[in-house]
Amino acid sequence: MRARLLWLLVLALLAAGCGGDTDPDGPVTLRFQSLAWQEESVQVNKELVAEWNATHPDVKVEYVQGSWDSVHDQLLTSFEGGEAPDIIHDASDDLADFAYGGYLADLTGLLPERLTKDIPRHSWETTTFGDGVYGVPFLQEPRVLVANSDWLDEAGVRIPTPEHPWTWREFRDITEELSGDGRYGVAWPLKEPVSVSLNLSLSAGGKLFHRDPDGKVTVRFEEGDAVMPRTVHDQVATDRSAAPSTLGSGGSDTLPGFFGGRYAMVPLGFSYRQQIVQQAPEGFHWRVLPAPAGADGLTQGVSPQTLSIAEDSPHREEAAAFIDFLLRPRNMVRLALGDWMLPTGTEALKDPALHTTEHDWATGTALAGRLRPAPAQSVRGYPEFKDKVATPAFQEYYSGAIGLAELRTRLERDGNLVLARYQR
Amino acid sequence: MRTSRAGQYAALLAYLVFLAFPFLWLVSTAFKPPQELASLHPTWIPENPTLANFRQAFDEQPLLDAALNSLAAALGTAVIAVLLATPMAYVMARRRTRLARAATGWVVVSQAFPLVLVIIPLFLVLKNLRLIDSMTGLVMVYVVWALPFALWMLVGYVRAVPRELEEAAAVDGAGRLRILVSVTAPLLAPGLVATALFAFVTAWNEFFFALVLLKTPEKQTLPVVLTHFIGAEGVADLGPLAAAAFLATLPSLVVFALIQRRITGGMLTGAVKS
Repeated sequence: MRARLLWLLVLALLAAGCGGDTDPDGPVTLRFQSLAWQEESVQVNKELVAEWNATHPDVKVEYVQGSWDSVHDQLLTSFEGGEAPDIIHDASDDLADFAYGGYLADLTGLLPERLTKDIPRHSWETTTFGDGVYGVPFLQEPRVLVANSDWLDEAGVRIPTPEHPWTWREFRDITEELSGDGRYGVAWPLKEPVSVSLNLSLSAGGKLFHRDPDGKVTVRFEEGDAVMPRTVHDQVATDRSAAPSTLGSGGSDTLPGFFGGRYAMVPLGFSYRQQIVQQAPEGFHWRVLPAPAGADGLTQGVSPQTLSIAEDSPHREEAAAFIDFLLRPRNMVRLALGDWMLPTGTEALKDPALHTTEHDWATGTALAGRLRPAPAQSVRGYPEFKDKVATPAFQEYYSGAIGLAELRTRLERDGNLVLARYQR
Repeated sequence: MRTSRAGQYAALLAYLVFLAFPFLWLVSTAFKPPQELASLHPTWIPENPTLANFRQAFDEQPLLDAALNSLAAALGTAVIAVLLATPMAYVMARRRTRLARAATGWVVVSQAFPLVLVIIPLFLVLKNLRLIDSMTGLVMVYVVWALPFALWMLVGYVRAVPRELEEAAAVDGAGRLRILVSVTAPLLAPGLVATALFAFVTAWNEFFFALVLLKTPEKQTLPVVLTHFIGAEGVADLGPLAAAAFLATLPSLVVFALIQRRITGGMLTGAVKS
């Protein structure tokens, strides 16, 4: 009797859960999972989907909003279960596992020449794993210095431009000049110290990860790798020109101190301007400055946002056509403006809207040509290297607990041990 | 004696402040304009209180629909979990068999499984049952997830009901069913309410299963929709997020406020002379 009751319950639940499948003779339906989250960005994405649907009755795109916070786990589960969205919005530094795991479609040959030629080769490198291309890089942002204009003007320091940026040495001197009386020239938000350090170290020729001809990667911390970290360390521990309290903070956490006149500058992603426009108190004047330059000028590493197609998608060509539509130059500009980021497409980058002085769009756009793949982009074992070795080592170095020699030792000795396990 | 009592009250007050602080800060944040959210000297009471965060939250996300989805999932979970757990708990409490002991062991072991360990197998099972993207599937998972602890709670409540009362009823001629319905069930009411509440709150707050198992935007629950206010690198649209999160906590607070007396009432007081 009890068993029968249980079966009845199970059958009732099954009956309630089934039904509602798609009509096989109807139009193709693609699920597009977007991670856009800011109001303007979500609106642009929805508008573009609506425009596509209005002009393509045979291929209907369904907009699904995902979340940056949990996208990796959610996608992994969906891939394993064969229920992943057809078109996937993510970031290039999250793609390696999915690409090597066979979850993403190789886009080689699927995308039109217009799109493949429009995006520079170095951007494509961010989504190339092995012999395949597993995503279309479409939005990116440089790290810039957001500065309190009045403070800098009052101090009379030279204002850097993309043509004449500060050197790292000059930057250090200027932050020292701006500091005093409990105020700091800069506040480094280094909650994620490894990616920031590696990406900005490209300006001084730092590579950290050196690939042998046979493809094996080795960690070597050379002079170019030391320039940016040494500057931060000296600002915090020697000059007292960088706030020690923000070393463990995220970018948003530094804004109250920035608006409150405690920090003259904050190194942030270019898209933080949206938050600054929204939250800055009335009468607060700010401007965007390029990050300091080293031997390699303003070069820095980025991990662009990407659009990929699931390997299991039965409609890859239609999905590729939608990506092509989404990333037409005008549409790419709309997406970039909505996210306060830079497009990767060379045609989109010419758009006048990205060259205005309003909110310093022009400064960021001038840096686009210097953005390169983040050094850790395709290094297998990087997440473990970052969590177990590099993050604690950089944190201790920046806080003054260890010196440069110890930082080098830990990155090279411990780091290579970790990477070796992934390269056997 | 008086000093010790004062110390207890002080400790209680400190604990209350500790518990209430995040919620009060959330309420304060929900009513602050963006400029005050980034103030170097934040205040408890917003200087220029605004409802703009609530308007923005409702404009940007389908909060009401998501809340209704959460409500359906939470109510379904609470009802089914209690219906299943009650007879099981009764047997486990009253019959000290090997099976009952094994079941108790299962309850303890089940609490040790991390979510990530079960999510992929669970996803595949539900997919085979065609219960992905279905509220029924989600409720089934929530019931299974909440059941061990619900059972654990209810076993304790059943054990607290004196056997003597059931024996007295039996002596008076009541049958097994009559005893359960007229004697045991009323005395178990606070336990049933507490267990239902636990299951309700578990399902109401749950995020990861809902994120993974529901695909259609219209079916998403409140915790999933709340994450849409969070961007890359943990950057958040703090005002609307706080406003939406504040609204999301209200149902739990209201339910607790309404029935807390029943939970703590102690219906058994004086039932048996000891």
